[in-house]
Amino acid sequence: MPHPLETTVTENPAPSGLPTGRIVVLAGGLSHERDVSLRSGRRVAEALRSVGLEVEERDVDSSLLPALLADKPACVVPMLHGETGEDGAIREVLDLVGIPYVGAPPAACRVAFDKPVAKIVAGRAGISTPESVCLPAESFRELGATAVMDLIVERLGLPLMVKPARSGSALGCSVVRSADQLPAAMVSAYAYGTVALLERFVEGTEVAVPVIDTGDGPEALPVVEIRPDGGVYDYSARYTAGSTTFVTPASLSDELTAECQRVALAAHAAFGLRDLSRSDLIVDSEGTVWFLEVNVAPGFTETSTVPLSVQAQGADLGELVASVVAAASRR
Amino acid sequence: MSEISPGGTRGSTRLDHYVDRYAARTEGMKASEVRALFSVASRPEVVSLAGGMPNISDLPLDVVGKGIADLIAHDGPTAMQYGSGQGTPELREQICEVMRLEGIEAHPDDVVVTVGSQQAVDLVTRIFCDPGDVVLCEAPSYLGALGVFRAYEADIVHVEMDADGLVPEALEQAIAATKAAGRTIKFLYTIPNYHNPAGISLSAERRPEILRICREADILILEDNPYGLLGFDGRIHRALRADEPEGVIYLGSFSKTFAPGFRVGWALAPHAVREKLVLAQESATLCPSAFSQMAISRYLENHDWLGQVEAFRTMYKERRDAMVSALEDFMPATCRWNVPTGGFYVWLTLPPGIDAKAMLPRAVTARVAYVPGTAFFADGYGSSSMRLSFCYPTPERIREGVRRLAGVLEAEMELRATFGATGPIPTLRAGEYDAPSNDLS
Repeated sequence: MPHPLETTVTENPAPSGLPTGRIVVLAGGLSHERDVSLRSGRRVAEALRSVGLEVEERDVDSSLLPALLADKPACVVPMLHGETGEDGAIREVLDLVGIPYVGAPPAACRVAFDKPVAKIVAGRAGISTPESVCLPAESFRELGATAVMDLIVERLGLPLMVKPARSGSALGCSVVRSADQLPAAMVSAYAYGTVALLERFVEGTEVAVPVIDTGDGPEALPVVEIRPDGGVYDYSARYTAGSTTFVTPASLSDELTAECQRVALAAHAAFGLRDLSRSDLIVDSEGTVWFLEVNVAPGFTETSTVPLSVQAQGADLGELVASVVAAASRR
Repeated sequence: MSEISPGGTRGSTRLDHYVDRYAARTEGMKASEVRALFSVASRPEVVSLAGGMPNISDLPLDVVGKGIADLIAHDGPTAMQYGSGQGTPELREQICEVMRLEGIEAHPDDVVVTVGSQQAVDLVTRIFCDPGDVVLCEAPSYLGALGVFRAYEADIVHVEMDADGLVPEALEQAIAATKAAGRTIKFLYTIPNYHNPAGISLSAERRPEILRICREADILILEDNPYGLLGFDGRIHRALRADEPEGVIYLGSFSKTFAPGFRVGWALAPHAVREKLVLAQESATLCPSAFSQMAISRYLENHDWLGQVEAFRTMYKERRDAMVSALEDFMPATCRWNVPTGGFYVWLTLPPGIDAKAMLPRAVTARVAYVPGTAFFADGYGSSSMRLSFCYPTPERIREGVRRLAGVLEAEMELRATFGATGPIPTLRAGEYDAPSNDLS
């Protein structure tokens, strides 16, 4: 029986300069972001087909490795979000198999995916990140949850952003505006992992900045401003078309726009990323650009910010992604 | 459509050109974390105790295939043509025979074939409910029906259940309170047999009571009975419609007794209502699938379909036993669940302070899935309960799923003990069905 995602369709012949041979787009997996990943993978596959590339979409399961070994593709595009996809694991395996892939190497992914570790790396690179603490659930158990929570609120103040240390799509994230909301936020974050990050909430303009490298060095694309209807860019606001207004380029001064792009490029370099990344930032009323996180497999769904930025750049999504794939396949 | 302009000109988009034009009833149609988590539940690594898919692997596919081949060979042009909006006369005759098993004497003229009984719920709501009308529902109730009632902007009032089903006194109170508030009750929606999601049945003693209350208050009853033939002891409850032809619209389905893929259900309604249902059906679909109806007719005619239902009962009972046994072995004593005597579902009530919806990501990480109780309430309650389906996974997988769930629950209890009760509504609502103490008797 063919794999449900196993489809190979070629639309137009590939123009010269683009990779020849089969491109495998990996999507799905077992992370909490499976659904988002399937949508990202489908869009990237369609974009690559639109410029004539031969594309196979595959889920990640026990049939993947034998299939890759039996017929090595020219390049793999891991559109897997969440664990396995963004923590470097699948890329580690691809390195073992010797198949080129789009995106950062495993070690860089491991660092970028772990938000508390990423904040340390960003801080060392001179990038501002909101003050935070990172604690496993055991710490609250051992020391007494109330005492620890009181201390956090006292030191970091309110509001707070509470997140799972290793997760995406805002799953398990909560804005805490009063101390009595904190226990529920902690439980919600720990539902997605054993470690939680509590971060001072920065009010300001929320933006996303993609960085793309087609072989000539990393380039920051137009800054996308995110204005969720409900004020919080949560899962529903991210994936329900019509729930968020996106402004591109962001309604920032030229200087702040340039600063956002500089921070995104600096993060891309500091983490040792390659090909493609997206930094999520907040610009506060003082004009400080705060780094929240960087994504090594940013979303390409119908409501994701990277395709919007590409569109604002005046580029064709298929051609741009194909160029990234071409650069990766030459490694 | 996007209003983003290339080349540096600032533009904005909401990524939905029609965002300001949707009907108000689409307000709740949003991407949700729970829906995203169910995407993972479809993977084979996950033991899904969430979905209510019938297990049809034991169906005699050779018999079904032969019947369909015969249908195409002898009646293909008719089977693939438009048909009557009311359904084929032959199938409606057969449906009357099926309903006779539950004590219903009906004429085929009063049967309307629908696209699953789900469409029958939709058509009945369409012809009865204006926005703001009240539909009485059990607490909890079938989420697919709640979705229909919401789509027609009806207000849902839940009525208390206990281990014997709908509580007559609570029904009387709900009717009185709703009427006193000047609201119009259009019907009572009830699943009297092997309830989805509560797994319980309305006792024989209460059936005449419920009928009397509704008769006296002039409340129409919508009796939804997809699981009625799936009692594990072979017992078939007498339908409410059997004793109240004019006050009950009865809904049936072949999805659980044969196969859901044909999408064939039906409504049996008083004559005047039936007329409107046919017109509503014609405006909705023109007609139900003639092919599906004729295929089912052949199956009913040429196969020992009741023997197949008996095989289904045996198989589901084995799975029920596997689930109950695993719950006994693995779950903490502070959990409660019922032991269903038929159907697909166990309703499990969690220890105080545990929120089933909040726990779902942890469960999916542990490769087990369930439906949080909040899905079965229109008023946000049900957080301390969950529906566990035993219909689809094998007994071994059910046991493994419950074992994983117990581990998840243990971790969640530890977390809750650390942070205290955090949810806004971790306890049962007034009148919410609370699973009884755990005993197999």
